[in-house]
Amino acid sequence: MAEPPRVALLVTCLVDLFRPSVGFAAVALLEEAGCIVEAPRAQTCCGQPAYNSGDRADAKAIARQVIAAFAGYDYVVVPSGSCAGMVRVHYPELFADEEPAELARAEALAARTHELVSFLVDVRGMTEVAARWDRSATYHDACSGLRELGVKAQPRLLLASVAGLSLTELPGAELCCGFGGTFCVKYPEISDKMVGDKAVDIAATGAATVLAGDLGCLLNIAGKLSRLGIRVEARHVAEVLAGMTDTPAIGVPAA
Amino acid sequence: MSARDDILGGIRRALRRGPLPAETQAALAERVAAHRRNLIPARAASLAPAARIDLFVAMAEEVQTTVARVASNDQIPAEVARYLVAENLPAELVMAPDPGLAAIPWDSWPLLDIRRGRAEPGDAVSLTLCLAAVAETGTLMLVSGPDTPTTLNFLPDTHIVVVRAGQVVASYEDGWDLVRNRATGPLPNPPPLAGEGRVGAPAGWPRTVNLITGPSRTGDIEQRIQLGAHGPRRLHIVLVDECSGPEGFGNAPAVG
Amino acid sequence: MDATSHAFPANARAGLADPTLQRALGLARTGFPARRQQAIERLPEFEELREEGRAIKDHTLAHLDFYLELYERNVIASGGQVHWARNAAEAREAVLGICRAVGARIVTKGKSMVAEEIALNDHLEANGITPVETDLGEYIIQLRHEPPSHIIAPAIHLMKEQVADAFRAAHTELDPGRPLDDPRALCDEARTILRPHFLAADVGITGANFLIAETGSSIIVTNEGNGDLTQTLPRVHIVVTSLEKIVPTLEDAATLLRLLARSATGQEFSSYTTVSTGPRRPGDLDGPEQYHVVLLDNGRTDLLGGEFQDMLRCLRCAACLNHCPVYAAVGGHAYGWVYPGPMGAVLTPALVGLHEAGHLPNASTFCGRCESVCPVKIPLPRMMRHWRAREFAQALSPPTYRWGLRLWAMLATRPALYHAFAEIAGRALGWAGRGRGRFRFLPFAAGWTQVRDLPAPEGRSFHSLWAERQRSGGKR
Repeated sequence: MAEPPRVALLVTCLVDLFRPSVGFAAVALLEEAGCIVEAPRAQTCCGQPAYNSGDRADAKAIARQVIAAFAGYDYVVVPSGSCAGMVRVHYPELFADEEPAELARAEALAARTHELVSFLVDVRGMTEVAARWDRSATYHDACSGLRELGVKAQPRLLLASVAGLSLTELPGAELCCGFGGTFCVKYPEISDKMVGDKAVDIAATGAATVLAGDLGCLLNIAGKLSRLGIRVEARHVAEVLAGMTDTPAIGVPAA
Repeated sequence: MSARDDILGGIRRALRRGPLPAETQAALAERVAAHRRNLIPARAASLAPAARIDLFVAMAEEVQTTVARVASNDQIPAEVARYLVAENLPAELVMAPDPGLAAIPWDSWPLLDIRRGRAEPGDAVSLTLCLAAVAETGTLMLVSGPDTPTTLNFLPDTHIVVVRAGQVVASYEDGWDLVRNRATGPLPNPPPLAGEGRVGAPAGWPRTVNLITGPSRTGDIEQRIQLGAHGPRRLHIVLVDECSGPEGFGNAPAVG
Repeated sequence: MDATSHAFPANARAGLADPTLQRALGLARTGFPARRQQAIERLPEFEELREEGRAIKDHTLAHLDFYLELYERNVIASGGQVHWARNAAEAREAVLGICRAVGARIVTKGKSMVAEEIALNDHLEANGITPVETDLGEYIIQLRHEPPSHIIAPAIHLMKEQVADAFRAAHTELDPGRPLDDPRALCDEARTILRPHFLAADVGITGANFLIAETGSSIIVTNEGNGDLTQTLPRVHIVVTSLEKIVPTLEDAATLLRLLARSATGQEFSSYTTVSTGPRRPGDLDGPEQYHVVLLDNGRTDLLGGEFQDMLRCLRCAACLNHCPVYAAVGGHAYGWVYPGPMGAVLTPALVGLHEAGHLPNASTFCGRCESVCPVKIPLPRMMRHWRAREFAQALSPPTYRWGLRLWAMLATRPALYHAFAEIAGRALGWAGRGRGRFRFLPFAAGWTQVRDLPAPEGRSFHSLWAERQRSGGKR
């Protein structure tokens, strides 16, 4: 059998700050997939807020640090389609006008970087998980994962293997929830309309839980569901796949 | 500096180059002259003639064109009369002064009141031939000319088009070739062109080529489709299966 | 028209608060995407055609000078005239000059976004010429004295009751008691009212979806047939268009036509695709005696060779509007100028300036749906990001926002400081939110808590927990 790959977890700042459980669920899944997992402490944020706000200089400074922190690993895995997309798709664009050696380093990192669930399925060949959860759920396709990285079938494949889980498709699952990073605070009314529609769509499925692969979207959706008094839980898909559903759902106090 | 020279100069500045070198221009002129086809969907192009005709009919009906198939020229007047009665329309037609239509035995149906010429306000029903019919989307291709005035295609409430089965082609590109092939006469005012060989429309290119796919429609109010916005409310095709029509009928050689 | 793009946030709030607009947008939000999806599922080659469409446009733009000169030669050879216009004012003057030369009083118009861009109607009216819009949607908004809210469905923001009100107010010669409660009746009334205008017009003005270099032709694509009546019946036909509409051959146009209707309305093909080449020929019984093309630049050539060149591939199909969640929330008028939605968010700053239109490229979540449906694969989010970079470089964005970003970047480039912050912030917020698990209001996150709760952090940072796990050599 081949040497187990060394995988670095790019935790993402939102998971680090808001929901470490997602990080530990990712670690458990990667270990289940036969990987040796590390979480380099030199990491902070992927630089997407700066990049999407047009602050190229700071985005590059942060990206250089990420490139250095994650050098030497076989893979870099991210429990977020948005941050994975930043590294995979946008780092090469960001350094396109820099010297070739720097661009090459960015491209090398991009090639080794994967969103968590697509890594498990597409790279590690995982087709099922050992988890059990007696619950109904629906799944929201977060935009960057879906459209930048093609994450669509993989989470559904693995969720189908979770014993006891009944998954209902969410009408308009591919519509943006209105998070959009700084968008949601710069244009709160528009964001509100989008996430309000999303919350109504989620409620209409009758599912007890909404799952997604991006914590930014989940914070937005969970926050709107609770503001509207809709009693649907929100969780990161990794928590369910790893069987780590003992922790309270997002925005729910510990018992 | 003229606006023209200013704009062309601006384009070259933005593209960081001067006028294109002669060999590039020659290559571009060749690209144009070659009429190279891009990808053509297999939907119609892959079909044998009979299936292509069936596809044309199906696609036309999908966009609310009505189609009646008749076996020969002789049956056209009866079908036109039948259609007018069925639609509760007057038995009055304005017809293209097209020699191809003269070969049809209209006299066999004397109750049809036929005028030949362009459409005038108040004309309820027009009848024309077409140059080709494109199976891919159920599209008719008509060209303007002294015998084929364009107003017939748009002013009356009802437009009847006689299509010969052999005129059904697969693609728009097949249709463009037919337009090119028939354009042979001199242009009205051909200005002398400086030096180089001419790249462009052959002399005799028609003023208008109309691609017509179903009757006029609009979805501008609450996205609910209404037929007959400004152009014809009804488009009716009389498809003649007879393969060897009289000379001049539809003036379109079949293309493979 | 005067741009109000700078007021985008207020415009957007007004749109969100307008229940009739929201009902109308609700119809569009589901209708267009479903119809497009159906149409492309029936054409297996659609993805390949997108790739070819992009290549055709890129090739043309790289040799734009050659194809424009060829086009001009062939327009002249077929008896037409080309009027080059650097800017809106030159284009307006060219149209007015042609109208005056033939003593025009009534001008019919097919739908043209370039005519909107140069504010042609106002200019004609100011000079004593009556423009009559003939596309049903354009006619409705002309009666209501408002700009289009969508580039292919100009009256999409209206419900039928509003159309009926506009017709009753304008068509005072008709029986005030007539029923106008369904789209059929409204459509028939417009047909009846507009028919005499078609016949009376001295000049017909249309836009162009494509210009063909090979033949010197212009192509319009319509469903109503109004464009054809507009350009066939009057003595003079003026095509008001812009120079990036050019393609080399009819074969190239065929490929783009296969993309256009499917992307726009989800139709296989629009009802009328009309190729026009010069004025009527000797012996022709109808058609205009004069054929003019007013060819507008208005800043487009400045986009060539730079980071916004891809925008010049745009076919104006509106797929990006139809699939944009922001457009669907606020409607087209919020964008404050001629071109709304994602394509407008890229084009408007180029045409009216970043100072005026800086909000537009910012008002996007970068969800990427626009790019994913664009028939010529324009990277719209990337170009919005280019505008944001220019805005940041020119320090046009709000200072508090810039400082917030700088502060975060300062933290993110100092891992030790960052980890200390994460642990402290996580613990503090986690403690503060431990009762409810969420915040209904946070002073430093008011933009967030104004419309939704903020879920409280779990209380510890991942990295501090991870460090503990590493030290204990075991599980958490």
